[in-house]
Amino acid sequence: MTIKKKITLTVNGASITAEVEPRQHLVDFLREDLFLKGPHLGCEHGACGACTVKVDGQIIRGCLFLAVQADGSVVETIEGLTKSGALADLQESFMRHNAMQCGFCSSGMLLAAAELIEKQPTSTREEVREWISGNYCRCTGYHSIVSAIMDVLEARLKGEKIKPVVAHA
Amino acid sequence: MNKPADLKGLILDPVTNDQRYIGNSEPRHRARRLLEGQGTYVDDIQLPRMGHVVYWRSPVAHMKIGKIHTEHALGMPGVLAVVDGVQMATICKPWVATLEHLVGMKSAPQYALAIDRACWQGEPVVAVVAETRAQAEDALQHIEVEWEELPAVVSMETALDADTPLIHPELGDNLCFTRTLDVGSVDEVFASADIVAEATFGFGRHTGVTLEPRCQIADYNPGDRRLVVYHSQQAPHMMQDLYCRQFGLSESDVQVICKDVGGSFGIKVHAYPDDFATVGLAMMLGRPVKFVADRLESFTSDIHAREHRIKGRIAANKDGDILAFEIDDLTAIGPYSMFPRTSAIEGNQVVNLVGGPYKHQHYRAKLNVVFQNKTPTCQYRGVGHPIACAVTEGLVDLAAQKLKMDPLEFRKRNVIPDDAYPCSGISGIKLEVLSHEQCLRTIEKMIDYPALRKEQTELRKKGIYRGIGFATLIELTNPSPAFYGVGGARIASQDGATARLDPSGVVSVLIGVGEQGQGTEGIYAQIAADAVGISIKDVRIITGDTDVTPYGGGTWASRGAGVGGEAVLLACQALQQNILKLAGAILNKPPESLSVYRGNVLDKASGETLLPFGEIGRIGYFRTDTLPIGFSADLMVTRHYTQKEYPFIFTNGVQASYVEVDPDTGFVKLLKHWAVEDCGRVLNPMLVDEQVRGAIVQGIGGVLFEECLYDESGLLRNGSMADYLVPMANEMPDIEVAHVQTPTQSSKLGAKGAGEAGTAGAPGAVQNAINDALAPFNVAVFDQPITCEKILKALGKI
Ligand code: FES
Ligand code: FES
Repeated sequence: MTIKKKITLTVNGASITAEVEPRQHLVDFLREDLFLKGPHLGCEHGACGACTVKVDGQIIRGCLFLAVQADGSVVETIEGLTKSGALADLQESFMRHNAMQCGFCSSGMLLAAAELIEKQPTSTREEVREWISGNYCRCTGYHSIVSAIMDVLEARLKGEKIKPVVAHA
Repeated sequence: MNKPADLKGLILDPVTNDQRYIGNSEPRHRARRLLEGQGTYVDDIQLPRMGHVVYWRSPVAHMKIGKIHTEHALGMPGVLAVVDGVQMATICKPWVATLEHLVGMKSAPQYALAIDRACWQGEPVVAVVAETRAQAEDALQHIEVEWEELPAVVSMETALDADTPLIHPELGDNLCFTRTLDVGSVDEVFASADIVAEATFGFGRHTGVTLEPRCQIADYNPGDRRLVVYHSQQAPHMMQDLYCRQFGLSESDVQVICKDVGGSFGIKVHAYPDDFATVGLAMMLGRPVKFVADRLESFTSDIHAREHRIKGRIAANKDGDILAFEIDDLTAIGPYSMFPRTSAIEGNQVVNLVGGPYKHQHYRAKLNVVFQNKTPTCQYRGVGHPIACAVTEGLVDLAAQKLKMDPLEFRKRNVIPDDAYPCSGISGIKLEVLSHEQCLRTIEKMIDYPALRKEQTELRKKGIYRGIGFATLIELTNPSPAFYGVGGARIASQDGATARLDPSGVVSVLIGVGEQGQGTEGIYAQIAADAVGISIKDVRIITGDTDVTPYGGGTWASRGAGVGGEAVLLACQALQQNILKLAGAILNKPPESLSVYRGNVLDKASGETLLPFGEIGRIGYFRTDTLPIGFSADLMVTRHYTQKEYPFIFTNGVQASYVEVDPDTGFVKLLKHWAVEDCGRVLNPMLVDEQVRGAIVQGIGGVLFEECLYDESGLLRNGSMADYLVPMANEMPDIEVAHVQTPTQSSKLGAKGAGEAGTAGAPGAVQNAINDALAPFNVAVFDQPITCEKILKALGKI
């Protein structure tokens, strides 16, 4: 299995050229070759959402998507989206609600939530639950995640920002 | 966010003189990096020269291992080693997982890699190590094992039959452990009772499904003969001890490091054969070896739990007093008892806990724990409690129904009253202080019970079948050495904490209990900040490294807050005393005339600020020449805490569930779930709420969805996340949580555990709600998971 294919893509703003085996999944490429820690592997067959990353603006499951398919694409992971501030409101709200425990689901959950906020800005609690139903969280029981997302939706509708959580002196 | 003031009527006396954080919903500041993709889980760690291991696991439930052909695999690209059980046994001793205080318990010696026989589908047999994971997996295809299938013991019902083959002939039978408990006169009470109700309860095997699979990196340095293991584990010191014992090392040769852990729930508190094998490989190869279970492996090699069949009955008089409980519990644990906690504990807990919340005086229990050829079972979140609770509460509802009493009234009448403590439960468990009555009153208001019943009745007229279910529960937490220590397992029940004032004035706290998402580090920071008297932003918590933290037990039996938290409190209060002593020496004043306020030393009388902590650190570390001769500035102190007064500190609570059952499809819709819990002093309401909610959802998984399904030959039929159903957001209800605070007197902090009670109560509450919804049809289902199919069968529709 040594046939390799050259791919060129943008990952979190940096242009990358690499040689990959055609069978390598995108999430494995990001983790093993680029040493990114954000996208996680939970199930490796598309069931849990832990490996969620963005390819050309759309969230995908990195364990079902081959690295070679990403050739020529723009890939964004939790690391890049954190840096750009795209997830800032959600991250603050997750902090505020303790909407993560072990945090293993969080990268995927935040990316899914961000897409919901973009696509369905008037969602109800039930619709939020439905939207994130492809993302598995074994720790939180989901309640706090739903509350955190609802807060961001409500703040957005009012044109407000979520205030940063700071340790009090 | 809840402030203590939001917990109406629940304000407890402060533990420290300027308490600002304990009791508040302080966010977990260290968790931010998890939301930024900057956590460090084991698989994120890459070491130079690191090999990757994959295991050839038994493809069948029971087999004889013949010749193992490894030549082809050894020649594959990147392959570093192929090792079988015989080779592994030359460096890793086998183990037998029994506890002395579980009298008569037996199990067979188990090896890191199977020798001669493999006893469940998924048991590791051959290890393949290669430079990359992909290369190891490629080579795995070329491992050829000659094997012969042996008859498998699959059903626990027939495991003890004379014609069932013995899994370990040297043990004489397939019985691991048996226990009976009889307080006397049970037959007479049942014979003379006004009503007797009975049912048979089934519990499907399920497993923890941590989102991060089990994983570790073992790194053995032949130069200094030291072993470092990065592990996704709950009990680092326990693993350190086990590696020492199995490989003939001493503690100082072994370091176990647990960084971020992606979910644990008891799955990661056991020592697995592949844990030892991975370490053995690193020692053989003299280079780091990484093991990460893939999801299919997780399903067949992570412990399972909760496969029970329990016949239970309850006796009551017509006034509505519960007189007696009786149970007969049959449970199966796979082919070996799990190391080192043992698989008999779960059934033992069921015996201890059935009937636990109630004041009845007669109880008889029988337990048989049998071997079978399926994945080993052991302690998973709640350990025995969900089973005991579902049986007890199912029987309580049946009795109430027979007596035509309201189930909530019936519970109120029968729970051990709040003023009866301390006392012993009928099974012999010692109960320090509980609050059943208060919890029941709270839940009644919280759910607006009369209104809910009214709604139920009205909807029923329209053919909509809703049900309300309750579950009252007790949960053991803060364990003493009576749990494992007395049985010979080297699992620390004490924990230590070290608090250090750093030169800058920051306080670092090192503690043996780590973080797996519960927020342990968050509450330790709260406790430390209040106990030393500084801002929480000036506290650092260091956990998960056996080289640096005081020796401790880690996370199990909901001991993180109650045991670990107390150690932090004691260490930090001692540090504050030492800071005052040093300040006294610097200022030439008696320490009693000084106090600490928010990072400064003050003159107690005038309130004048005299010295900031940074100055104390500077002098204490760099200018000791200015201090009196013979004065030692001890700015690092260690304190240990063991809960010794009771075998465990019990918590209690009550849950209510509101469901709708569609009699045409058998579909259950969860509408709402409520919990009232009493974990003693609530250190952080937000974190407790989240522990309760997450735990409830895991309990709901057990009662409605989760089951490891096997075929007749002992093969797991649903070993993937797509086939094994766990709760997802859409099916889950909103969960309201309320607190009652009855602190334990066994510690200064007064905190009891909060991590498992949710899982303990939810299955009983949901089961009762479903059966309440089905009541008009005069049917009930007591076989979990309660699937649509089982409901339709009960209704006679299929
Ligand atoms: S790892 Fe990709 S969906 Fe689970
Ligand atoms: S926080 Fe652990 S899986 Fe979601």
